[in-house]
Amino acid sequence: MVSDHIVKSFDDDLNHLVNMIAEMGGLAERQLADAISALSRRDEALATSVITQDKRLDMLEEDIDAQVIRMLALRQPQALDLRAVIVALKISAELERVGDYAKNVAKRTLTLMQAPSINPATNTIVRMGTIVGGMISNVIDAYLNSDIVKAKDVRARDADVDQLHTSLFRELLTYMMEDPRNITACTHLLFIAKNLERIGDHITNIAENVHFLVAGENFDDDRPKGDFSSSTIVTVEGNTP
Amino acid sequence: MVQALKVSETLTNAPIKAQARGVKVFYGAKQALAGIDLDIPENHVTALIGPSGCGKSTFLRCINRMNDIIDGCRVEGDIQIDGVNIYEKNQDVVQLRARVGMVFQKPNPFPKSIYENVAYGPRIHGMAANKKQLDEIVTDSLTRAGLIKEVYDRLDSPGTGLSGGQQQRLCIARAIAVKPELILMDEPCSALDPIATARIEELIDELRHNFTIVIVTHSMQQAARVSQRTAFFHMGELVETGTTAQIFTNPREARTQAYITGRIG
Repeated sequence: MVSDHIVKSFDDDLNHLVNMIAEMGGLAERQLADAISALSRRDEALATSVITQDKRLDMLEEDIDAQVIRMLALRQPQALDLRAVIVALKISAELERVGDYAKNVAKRTLTLMQAPSINPATNTIVRMGTIVGGMISNVIDAYLNSDIVKAKDVRARDADVDQLHTSLFRELLTYMMEDPRNITACTHLLFIAKNLERIGDHITNIAENVHFLVAGENFDDDRPKGDFSSSTIVTVEGNTP
Repeated sequence: MVQALKVSETLTNAPIKAQARGVKVFYGAKQALAGIDLDIPENHVTALIGPSGCGKSTFLRCINRMNDIIDGCRVEGDIQIDGVNIYEKNQDVVQLRARVGMVFQKPNPFPKSIYENVAYGPRIHGMAANKKQLDEIVTDSLTRAGLIKEVYDRLDSPGTGLSGGQQQRLCIARAIAVKPELILMDEPCSALDPIATARIEELIDELRHNFTIVIVTHSMQQAARVSQRTAFFHMGELVETGTTAQIFTNPREARTQAYITGRIG
Protein backbone atom coordinates (compact mmCIF):
# COMPACT_ATOMS: atom_id res chain seq x y z
CA MET A 1 0.00 0.00 0.00
CA VAL A 2 1.21 3.49 -0.79
CA SER A 3 1.99 5.56 2.29
CA ASP A 4 0.42 8.92 3.09
CA HIS A 5 1.60 12.26 1.81
CA ILE A 6 3.60 14.56 4.03
CA VAL A 7 0.87 17.12 3.30
CA LYS A 8 -2.21 15.37 4.68
CA SER A 9 -4.74 17.48 2.82
CA PHE A 10 -3.38 16.06 -0.44
CA ASP A 11 -4.56 12.61 0.70
CA ASP A 12 -7.94 14.09 1.59
CA ASP A 13 -8.22 15.53 -1.92
CA LEU A 14 -7.32 12.21 -3.54
CA ASN A 15 -9.71 10.24 -1.32
CA HIS A 16 -12.47 12.67 -2.13
CA LEU A 17 -11.84 12.11 -5.83
CA VAL A 18 -11.97 8.33 -5.45
CA ASN A 19 -15.19 8.55 -3.44
CA MET A 20 -16.84 10.67 -6.10
CA ILE A 21 -15.90 8.11 -8.77
CA ALA A 22 -17.29 5.31 -6.60
CA GLU A 23 -20.52 7.26 -6.19
CA MET A 24 -20.77 7.89 -9.94
CA GLY A 25 -20.13 4.21 -10.64
CA GLY A 26 -22.85 3.09 -8.25
CA LEU A 27 -25.26 5.62 -9.70
CA ALA A 28 -24.51 4.65 -13.32
CA GLU A 29 -25.00 0.99 -12.47
CA ARG A 30 -28.35 1.67 -10.84
CA GLN A 31 -29.51 3.93 -13.69
CA LEU A 32 -28.81 1.15 -16.17
CA ALA A 33 -30.50 -1.52 -14.03
CA ASP A 34 -33.56 0.71 -13.60
CA ALA A 35 -33.73 1.49 -17.31
CA ILE A 36 -33.62 -2.22 -18.21
CA SER A 37 -36.14 -3.09 -15.54
CA ALA A 38 -38.46 -0.31 -16.77
CA LEU A 39 -38.15 -1.75 -20.27
CA SER A 40 -38.96 -5.32 -19.32
CA ARG A 41 -41.83 -4.38 -16.96
CA ARG A 42 -43.10 -1.52 -19.14
CA ASP A 43 -42.83 0.68 -16.06
CA GLU A 44 -43.47 4.29 -17.01
CA ALA A 45 -42.76 5.78 -13.59
CA LEU A 46 -39.39 4.05 -13.34
CA ALA A 47 -38.38 5.10 -16.87
CA THR A 48 -39.28 8.70 -16.04
CA SER A 49 -37.26 8.57 -12.86
CA VAL A 50 -34.19 7.33 -14.80
CA ILE A 51 -34.51 10.30 -17.13
CA THR A 52 -34.60 12.84 -14.29
CA GLN A 53 -31.86 11.12 -12.24
CA ASP A 54 -29.34 11.49 -15.06
CA LYS A 55 -28.73 15.06 -13.91
CA ARG A 56 -27.03 13.72 -10.79
CA LEU A 57 -24.41 11.96 -12.89
CA ASP A 58 -23.84 15.13 -14.91
CA MET A 59 -23.38 17.13 -11.72
CA LEU A 60 -20.95 14.63 -10.26
CA GLU A 61 -18.92 14.74 -13.45
CA GLU A 62 -18.74 18.54 -13.19
CA ASP A 63 -17.62 18.26 -9.58
CA ILE A 64 -14.89 15.81 -10.55
CA ASP A 65 -13.75 18.08 -13.39
CA ALA A 66 -13.47 20.99 -10.98
CA GLN A 67 -11.65 18.92 -8.39
CA VAL A 68 -9.17 17.61 -10.97
CA ILE A 69 -8.41 21.08 -12.33
CA ARG A 70 -7.94 22.37 -8.80
CA MET A 71 -5.57 19.53 -7.92
CA LEU A 72 -3.53 19.92 -11.10
CA ALA A 73 -3.16 23.63 -10.39
CA LEU A 74 -2.52 23.50 -6.67
CA ARG A 75 -0.86 20.14 -6.02
CA GLN A 76 1.11 19.52 -9.20
CA PRO A 77 0.68 15.76 -8.80
CA GLN A 78 3.45 13.46 -10.04
CA ALA A 79 3.79 9.79 -10.95
CA LEU A 80 1.06 7.67 -9.31
CA ASP A 81 -0.75 10.80 -8.09
CA LEU A 82 -0.69 12.27 -11.58
CA ARG A 83 -2.13 9.08 -13.02
CA ALA A 84 -4.79 8.97 -10.28
CA VAL A 85 -5.94 12.49 -11.09
CA ILE A 86 -5.94 12.06 -14.86
CA VAL A 87 -7.61 8.66 -14.70
CA ALA A 88 -10.35 10.05 -12.43
CA LEU A 89 -11.03 12.73 -15.04
CA LYS A 90 -11.29 10.14 -17.81
CA ILE A 91 -13.36 7.62 -15.87
CA SER A 92 -15.87 10.27 -14.85
CA ALA A 93 -16.34 11.20 -18.52
CA GLU A 94 -16.93 7.53 -19.40
CA LEU A 95 -19.46 7.11 -16.59
CA GLU A 96 -21.27 10.27 -17.58
CA ARG A 97 -21.65 8.78 -21.07
CA VAL A 98 -22.92 5.50 -19.61
CA GLY A 99 -25.57 7.56 -17.84
CA ASP A 100 -26.57 9.22 -21.12
CA TYR A 101 -27.10 5.83 -22.73
CA ALA A 102 -29.16 4.59 -19.78
CA LYS A 103 -31.27 7.74 -20.05
CA ASN A 104 -31.78 7.11 -23.75
CA VAL A 105 -32.91 3.53 -23.01
CA ALA A 106 -35.48 4.97 -20.62
CA LYS A 107 -36.72 7.48 -23.22
CA ARG A 108 -37.16 4.75 -25.82
CA THR A 109 -38.91 2.60 -23.20
CA LEU A 110 -41.57 5.29 -22.88
CA THR A 111 -42.00 5.25 -26.66
CA LEU A 112 -42.09 1.46 -26.82
CA MET A 113 -45.05 1.38 -24.45
CA GLN A 114 -47.17 2.68 -27.32
CA ALA A 115 -46.20 -0.29 -29.56
CA PRO A 116 -46.75 -4.04 -29.32
CA SER A 117 -44.06 -5.73 -27.26
CA ILE A 118 -41.44 -7.98 -28.87
CA ASN A 119 -40.83 -10.33 -25.99
CA PRO A 120 -37.99 -12.61 -27.18
CA ALA A 121 -35.84 -9.66 -28.22
CA THR A 122 -36.60 -7.82 -25.00
CA ASN A 123 -35.39 -10.86 -23.08
CA THR A 124 -32.09 -10.81 -24.94
CA ILE A 125 -31.75 -7.10 -24.14
CA VAL A 126 -32.36 -7.81 -20.46
CA ARG A 127 -29.58 -10.41 -20.63
CA MET A 128 -27.24 -7.89 -22.25
CA GLY A 129 -28.20 -5.35 -19.61
CA THR A 130 -27.35 -7.78 -16.83
CA ILE A 131 -23.91 -8.51 -18.28
CA VAL A 132 -23.17 -4.81 -18.82
CA GLY A 133 -24.42 -3.93 -15.34
CA GLY A 134 -22.12 -6.55 -13.84
CA MET A 135 -19.25 -5.09 -15.85
CA ILE A 136 -19.87 -1.61 -14.39
CA SER A 137 -19.93 -3.00 -10.86
CA ASN A 138 -16.77 -5.04 -11.40
CA VAL A 139 -14.82 -2.29 -13.11
CA ILE A 140 -15.51 0.08 -10.22
CA ASP A 141 -14.37 -2.65 -7.80
CA ALA A 142 -11.23 -3.07 -9.90
CA TYR A 143 -10.68 0.70 -9.72
CA LEU A 144 -11.19 0.90 -5.97
CA ASN A 145 -8.94 -2.10 -5.27
CA SER A 146 -6.31 -1.42 -7.96
CA ASP A 147 -7.11 -4.90 -9.28
CA ILE A 148 -5.59 -5.39 -12.74
CA VAL A 149 -6.78 -8.98 -13.06
CA LYS A 150 -10.36 -7.95 -12.51
CA ALA A 151 -10.00 -5.07 -14.96
CA LYS A 152 -8.71 -7.47 -17.57
CA ASP A 153 -11.61 -9.84 -16.93
CA VAL A 154 -14.14 -7.01 -17.39
CA ARG A 155 -12.52 -6.05 -20.63
CA ALA A 156 -12.68 -9.65 -21.90
CA ARG A 157 -16.42 -9.82 -21.17
CA ASP A 158 -17.13 -7.01 -23.62
CA ALA A 159 -16.81 -9.60 -26.39
CA ASP A 160 -19.91 -11.38 -24.99
CA VAL A 161 -21.84 -8.12 -25.14
CA ASP A 162 -20.70 -7.60 -28.71
CA GLN A 163 -21.82 -11.10 -29.70
CA LEU A 164 -25.24 -10.64 -28.12
CA HIS A 165 -25.56 -7.36 -29.98
CA THR A 166 -24.74 -8.98 -33.29
CA SER A 167 -27.26 -11.79 -32.78
CA LEU A 168 -29.91 -9.36 -31.56
CA PHE A 169 -29.32 -7.26 -34.64
CA ARG A 170 -30.07 -10.28 -36.88
CA GLU A 171 -33.06 -11.24 -34.77
CA LEU A 172 -34.63 -7.79 -34.95
CA LEU A 173 -34.10 -7.49 -38.70
CA THR A 174 -35.91 -10.81 -39.07
CA TYR A 175 -38.90 -9.61 -37.03
CA MET A 176 -39.11 -6.51 -39.16
CA MET A 177 -39.19 -8.57 -42.33
CA GLU A 178 -41.83 -10.88 -40.90
CA ASP A 179 -44.23 -8.07 -40.11
CA PRO A 180 -43.77 -4.38 -40.99
CA ARG A 181 -45.93 -3.47 -37.98
CA ASN A 182 -42.92 -4.49 -35.85
CA ILE A 183 -40.63 -1.95 -37.47
CA THR A 184 -41.16 0.91 -34.99
CA ALA A 185 -40.65 -1.24 -31.92
CA CYS A 186 -37.75 -3.15 -33.45
CA THR A 187 -35.97 0.02 -34.49
CA HIS A 188 -36.13 1.37 -30.95
CA LEU A 189 -34.96 -1.98 -29.61
CA LEU A 190 -32.06 -1.88 -32.07
CA PHE A 191 -31.01 1.49 -30.68
CA ILE A 192 -31.39 0.21 -27.15
CA ALA A 193 -29.19 -2.78 -27.98
CA LYS A 194 -26.69 -0.41 -29.58
CA ASN A 195 -26.74 1.73 -26.43
CA LEU A 196 -25.87 -1.30 -24.32
CA GLU A 197 -23.12 -2.28 -26.72
CA ARG A 198 -21.70 1.25 -26.47
CA ILE A 199 -21.89 1.13 -22.66
CA GLY A 200 -19.80 -2.05 -22.84
CA ASP A 201 -17.19 -0.13 -24.84
CA HIS A 202 -17.08 2.68 -22.28
CA ILE A 203 -16.67 0.15 -19.46
CA THR A 204 -13.83 -1.38 -21.44
CA ASN A 205 -12.20 2.05 -21.61
CA ILE A 206 -12.52 2.33 -17.85
CA ALA A 207 -10.88 -1.08 -17.45
CA GLU A 208 -8.00 0.14 -19.60
CA ASN A 209 -7.74 3.28 -17.46
CA VAL A 210 -7.56 1.13 -14.33
CA HIS A 211 -4.69 -0.82 -15.86
CA PHE A 212 -2.88 2.41 -16.69
CA LEU A 213 -3.51 3.78 -13.20
CA VAL A 214 -2.03 0.74 -11.51
CA ALA A 215 0.70 -0.34 -13.91
CA GLY A 216 1.65 2.99 -15.47
CA GLU A 217 1.22 1.51 -18.93
CA ASN A 218 -1.53 0.24 -21.18
CA PHE A 219 -2.69 -3.33 -21.67
CA ASP A 220 -0.11 -4.94 -23.92
CA ASP A 221 -2.63 -6.70 -26.19
CA ASP A 222 -5.53 -5.61 -28.37
CA ARG A 223 -8.91 -6.02 -26.77
CA PRO A 224 -11.11 -8.89 -27.94
CA LYS A 225 -13.87 -7.76 -30.31
CA GLY A 226 -17.09 -9.54 -31.22
CA ASP A 227 -19.41 -6.96 -32.74
CA PHE A 228 -20.05 -7.88 -36.37
CA SER A 229 -23.38 -6.06 -36.72
CA SER A 230 -21.77 -3.51 -39.04
CA SER A 231 -21.35 -6.21 -41.68
CA THR A 232 -24.54 -8.19 -41.00
CA ILE A 233 -27.03 -8.80 -43.83
CA VAL A 234 -30.31 -10.65 -43.40
CA THR A 235 -32.03 -11.59 -46.69
CA VAL A 236 -35.70 -12.44 -47.20
CA GLU A 237 -36.16 -16.18 -47.70
CA GLY A 238 -36.93 -17.14 -51.28
CA ASN A 239 -35.31 -13.98 -52.58
CA THR A 240 -31.74 -15.16 -52.04
CA PRO A 241 -29.80 -15.21 -55.32
CA MET B 1 -5.78 5.59 -24.10
CA VAL B 2 -2.97 7.43 -22.45
CA GLN B 3 0.50 6.50 -23.57
CA ALA B 4 2.80 8.02 -21.00
CA LEU B 5 6.01 7.39 -22.85
CA LYS B 6 6.81 7.29 -26.50
CA VAL B 7 9.41 4.71 -27.39
CA SER B 8 11.73 7.46 -28.59
CA GLU B 9 11.63 9.04 -25.14
CA THR B 10 12.63 5.88 -23.36
CA LEU B 11 15.83 5.46 -25.33
CA THR B 12 18.79 7.70 -25.12
CA ASN B 13 21.11 7.10 -27.99
CA ALA B 14 23.37 10.02 -27.20
CA PRO B 15 27.02 9.19 -26.63
CA ILE B 16 28.09 9.05 -22.99
CA LYS B 17 30.05 12.16 -22.03
CA ALA B 18 30.81 11.19 -18.46
CA GLN B 19 30.58 7.88 -16.74
CA ALA B 20 30.70 7.24 -12.99
CA ARG B 21 31.50 3.76 -11.73
CA GLY B 22 31.46 2.72 -8.09
CA VAL B 23 31.90 6.27 -6.83
CA LYS B 24 32.13 6.31 -3.02
CA VAL B 25 32.75 9.45 -1.00
CA PHE B 26 33.72 9.61 2.66
CA TYR B 27 33.82 12.70 4.86
CA GLY B 28 36.18 11.38 7.53
CA ALA B 29 34.55 8.20 8.80
CA LYS B 30 31.13 9.06 7.44
CA GLN B 31 30.26 7.59 4.04
CA ALA B 32 28.28 10.05 1.93
CA LEU B 33 27.99 8.07 -1.30
CA ALA B 34 27.53 4.32 -1.43
CA GLY B 35 28.94 3.49 -4.85
CA ILE B 36 27.33 5.42 -7.68
CA ASP B 37 27.12 4.15 -11.24
CA LEU B 38 25.75 6.80 -13.58
CA ASP B 39 26.07 7.63 -17.25
CA ILE B 40 25.77 11.26 -18.30
CA PRO B 41 24.75 11.61 -21.95
CA GLU B 42 26.30 14.28 -24.14
CA ASN B 43 24.27 17.41 -24.96
CA HIS B 44 21.59 16.44 -22.49
CA VAL B 45 20.57 17.96 -19.20
CA THR B 46 20.81 15.42 -16.41
CA ALA B 47 18.99 16.41 -13.21
CA LEU B 48 20.05 15.03 -9.85
CA ILE B 49 17.17 15.07 -7.36
CA GLY B 50 16.70 13.84 -3.83
CA PRO B 51 16.13 15.08 -0.29
CA SER B 52 18.72 17.12 1.61
CA GLY B 53 21.74 15.06 2.56
CA CYS B 54 21.07 12.41 -0.09
CA GLY B 55 24.48 12.93 -1.70
CA LYS B 56 23.45 14.63 -4.93
CA SER B 57 25.62 17.73 -4.42
CA THR B 58 28.49 15.56 -3.19
CA PHE B 59 28.26 13.55 -6.39
CA LEU B 60 28.08 16.72 -8.51
CA ARG B 61 31.25 18.02 -6.89
CA CYS B 62 33.04 14.76 -7.72
CA ILE B 63 32.67 15.50 -11.42
CA ASN B 64 35.16 18.39 -11.31
CA ARG B 65 37.02 17.20 -8.20
CA MET B 66 35.72 20.05 -6.06
CA ASN B 67 35.73 17.60 -3.15
CA ASP B 68 39.53 17.59 -3.30
CA ILE B 69 39.59 20.89 -1.45
CA ILE B 70 37.49 19.62 1.46
CA ASP B 71 39.59 18.36 4.39
CA GLY B 72 39.03 14.72 5.25
CA CYS B 73 37.12 14.02 2.06
CA ARG B 74 38.07 10.85 0.23
CA VAL B 75 36.75 9.67 -3.15
CA GLU B 76 36.87 6.06 -4.40
CA GLY B 77 35.81 4.60 -7.72
CA ASP B 78 36.28 6.39 -10.98
CA ILE B 79 34.67 9.00 -13.14
CA GLN B 80 35.57 9.02 -16.79
CA ILE B 81 35.08 11.96 -19.09
CA ASP B 82 35.43 10.94 -22.71
CA GLY B 83 36.86 7.64 -21.48
CA VAL B 84 39.61 9.13 -19.31
CA ASN B 85 39.49 8.74 -15.54
CA ILE B 86 39.65 12.21 -13.96
CA TYR B 87 40.90 10.73 -10.70
CA GLU B 88 44.16 9.50 -12.24
CA LYS B 89 47.26 10.79 -10.48
CA ASN B 90 48.54 12.79 -13.44
CA GLN B 91 45.24 14.62 -13.98
CA ASP B 92 45.76 18.39 -13.98
CA VAL B 93 42.90 19.60 -11.78
CA VAL B 94 43.01 23.19 -12.99
CA GLN B 95 42.77 21.92 -16.56
CA LEU B 96 39.91 19.64 -15.52
CA ARG B 97 37.95 22.54 -14.04
CA ALA B 98 38.32 24.42 -17.30
CA ARG B 99 36.66 21.47 -19.04
CA VAL B 100 34.05 21.08 -16.33
CA GLY B 101 32.59 24.43 -15.33
CA MET B 102 30.44 25.11 -12.32
CA VAL B 103 27.59 27.42 -11.41
CA PHE B 104 26.66 27.72 -7.76
CA GLN B 105 23.52 28.19 -5.74
CA LYS B 106 24.18 31.83 -4.91
CA PRO B 107 25.50 34.01 -7.73
CA ASN B 108 29.14 34.71 -6.88
CA PRO B 109 30.57 37.19 -9.35
CA PHE B 110 34.14 38.37 -8.68
CA PRO B 111 34.31 41.88 -7.18
CA LYS B 112 35.41 43.12 -10.58
CA SER B 113 33.80 44.60 -13.66
CA ILE B 114 31.34 42.63 -15.74
CA TYR B 115 33.98 42.41 -18.47
CA GLU B 116 36.68 41.15 -16.10
CA ASN B 117 34.36 38.53 -14.62
CA VAL B 118 34.03 36.90 -18.01
CA ALA B 119 37.55 37.64 -19.27
CA TYR B 120 39.26 36.18 -16.21
CA GLY B 121 39.08 32.50 -17.17
CA PRO B 122 40.07 32.85 -20.85
CA ARG B 123 42.99 35.04 -19.80
CA ILE B 124 44.48 32.65 -17.23
CA HIS B 125 44.01 29.74 -19.63
CA GLY B 126 45.70 31.73 -22.41
CA MET B 127 42.74 31.40 -24.73
CA ALA B 128 43.07 34.83 -26.34
CA ALA B 129 46.12 36.04 -28.25
CA ASN B 130 45.15 39.69 -28.03
CA LYS B 131 42.60 42.14 -26.69
CA LYS B 132 40.40 41.81 -29.75
CA GLN B 133 40.09 38.05 -29.31
CA LEU B 134 39.37 38.47 -25.63
CA ASP B 135 36.66 41.04 -26.44
CA GLU B 136 35.11 38.54 -28.81
CA ILE B 137 35.08 35.79 -26.20
CA VAL B 138 33.52 38.12 -23.63
CA THR B 139 30.83 39.36 -26.01
CA ASP B 140 30.10 35.87 -27.28
CA SER B 141 29.80 34.45 -23.76
CA LEU B 142 27.53 37.26 -22.59
CA THR B 143 25.42 36.76 -25.71
CA ARG B 144 25.06 33.04 -25.10
CA ALA B 145 24.20 33.69 -21.49
CA GLY B 146 21.40 36.00 -22.66
CA LEU B 147 22.85 38.98 -20.82
CA ILE B 148 24.47 41.11 -23.53
CA LYS B 149 21.44 43.32 -24.24
CA GLU B 150 21.23 44.28 -20.58
CA VAL B 151 24.94 45.05 -20.04
CA TYR B 152 26.56 45.98 -23.38
CA ASP B 153 26.82 49.65 -22.40
CA ARG B 154 28.21 49.09 -18.92
CA LEU B 155 30.78 46.32 -19.23
CA ASP B 156 33.07 48.28 -16.91
CA SER B 157 30.52 48.45 -14.09
CA PRO B 158 30.98 46.01 -11.22
CA GLY B 159 29.36 42.60 -11.67
CA THR B 160 28.08 42.78 -8.14
CA GLY B 161 25.85 45.73 -9.13
CA LEU B 162 23.63 43.52 -11.26
CA SER B 163 20.36 41.98 -10.06
CA GLY B 164 20.43 38.42 -8.68
CA GLY B 165 19.17 36.87 -11.90
CA GLN B 166 21.62 38.93 -13.97
CA GLN B 167 24.47 37.97 -11.66
CA GLN B 168 23.64 34.31 -12.12
CA ARG B 169 23.64 34.72 -15.89
CA LEU B 170 26.98 36.53 -15.53
CA CYS B 171 28.29 33.49 -13.65
CA ILE B 172 27.02 31.27 -16.45
CA ALA B 173 28.76 33.54 -18.99
CA ARG B 174 31.92 33.25 -16.91
CA ALA B 175 31.58 29.46 -16.86
CA ILE B 176 31.06 29.11 -20.61
CA ALA B 177 33.80 31.63 -21.51
CA VAL B 178 36.48 28.96 -21.06
CA LYS B 179 34.56 26.65 -23.44
CA PRO B 180 33.91 23.84 -21.00
CA GLU B 181 32.50 20.51 -22.14
CA LEU B 182 30.41 19.95 -19.06
CA ILE B 183 28.65 22.50 -16.89
CA LEU B 184 27.69 21.57 -13.36
CA MET B 185 24.92 23.58 -11.74
CA ASP B 186 24.22 23.34 -8.04
CA GLU B 187 20.71 24.70 -7.48
CA PRO B 188 21.35 27.64 -9.80
CA CYS B 189 17.89 29.16 -9.33
CA SER B 190 17.19 28.68 -5.66
CA ALA B 191 18.05 32.31 -4.88
CA LEU B 192 16.10 33.72 -7.84
CA ASP B 193 12.53 34.87 -8.40
CA PRO B 194 10.25 32.98 -10.85
CA ILE B 195 10.99 35.26 -13.82
CA ALA B 196 14.77 35.10 -13.36
CA THR B 197 14.36 31.34 -12.86
CA ALA B 198 12.47 31.02 -16.14
CA ARG B 199 15.26 32.94 -17.92
CA ILE B 200 17.90 30.58 -16.53
CA GLU B 201 15.82 27.54 -17.45
CA GLU B 202 15.41 28.84 -20.98
CA LEU B 203 19.15 29.43 -21.09
CA ILE B 204 19.88 25.89 -19.86
CA ASP B 205 17.72 24.54 -22.66
CA GLU B 206 19.73 26.51 -25.23
CA LEU B 207 23.11 25.71 -23.71
CA ARG B 208 22.56 21.98 -23.83
CA HIS B 209 22.99 22.01 -27.60
CA ASN B 210 26.65 22.93 -27.07
CA PHE B 211 27.38 21.63 -23.60
CA THR B 212 26.55 18.68 -21.39
CA ILE B 213 24.79 19.87 -18.27
CA VAL B 214 24.33 18.28 -14.87
CA ILE B 215 22.02 20.14 -12.53
CA VAL B 216 21.22 19.57 -8.87
CA THR B 217 17.83 20.95 -7.94
CA HIS B 218 15.44 20.79 -5.03
CA SER B 219 12.58 21.83 -7.25
CA MET B 220 11.10 18.75 -8.87
CA GLN B 221 9.13 20.93 -11.24
CA GLN B 222 12.42 22.45 -12.34
CA ALA B 223 13.96 19.02 -12.90
CA ALA B 224 10.87 18.09 -14.90
CA ARG B 225 11.05 21.30 -16.96
CA VAL B 226 14.73 21.46 -17.84
CA SER B 227 16.14 17.94 -17.90
CA GLN B 228 15.94 15.02 -20.27
CA ARG B 229 17.30 12.53 -17.77
CA THR B 230 16.73 12.40 -14.04
CA ALA B 231 18.65 10.55 -11.36
CA PHE B 232 17.10 10.11 -7.93
CA PHE B 233 19.47 9.94 -4.95
CA HIS B 234 18.44 8.82 -1.49
CA MET B 235 20.67 8.29 1.56
CA GLY B 236 23.84 8.17 -0.48
CA GLU B 237 22.50 5.74 -3.05
CA LEU B 238 21.46 6.24 -6.64
CA VAL B 239 17.98 4.73 -6.42
CA GLU B 240 16.82 5.16 -9.97
CA THR B 241 17.75 6.86 -13.19
CA GLY B 242 15.72 7.20 -16.35
CA THR B 243 14.26 9.63 -18.80
CA THR B 244 12.68 12.57 -17.02
CA ALA B 245 9.28 11.74 -18.52
CA GLN B 246 9.48 8.20 -17.19
CA ILE B 247 10.64 9.23 -13.72
CA PHE B 248 7.81 11.73 -13.34
CA THR B 249 5.00 9.60 -14.77
CA ASN B 250 5.96 6.04 -13.98
CA PRO B 251 8.96 5.60 -11.69
CA ARG B 252 9.96 1.98 -11.21
CA GLU B 253 11.20 2.22 -7.65
CA ALA B 254 8.90 2.70 -4.67
CA ARG B 255 11.32 5.16 -3.06
CA THR B 256 11.37 7.36 -6.17
CA GLN B 257 7.58 7.32 -6.28
CA ALA B 258 7.39 8.21 -2.59
CA TYR B 259 9.81 11.12 -2.96
CA ILE B 260 8.46 12.77 -6.08
CA THR B 261 4.86 12.47 -4.92
CA GLY B 262 5.74 14.10 -1.59
CA ARG B 263 5.56 11.07 0.68
CA ILE B 264 9.15 11.04 1.98
CA GLY B 265 11.52 13.95 2.39
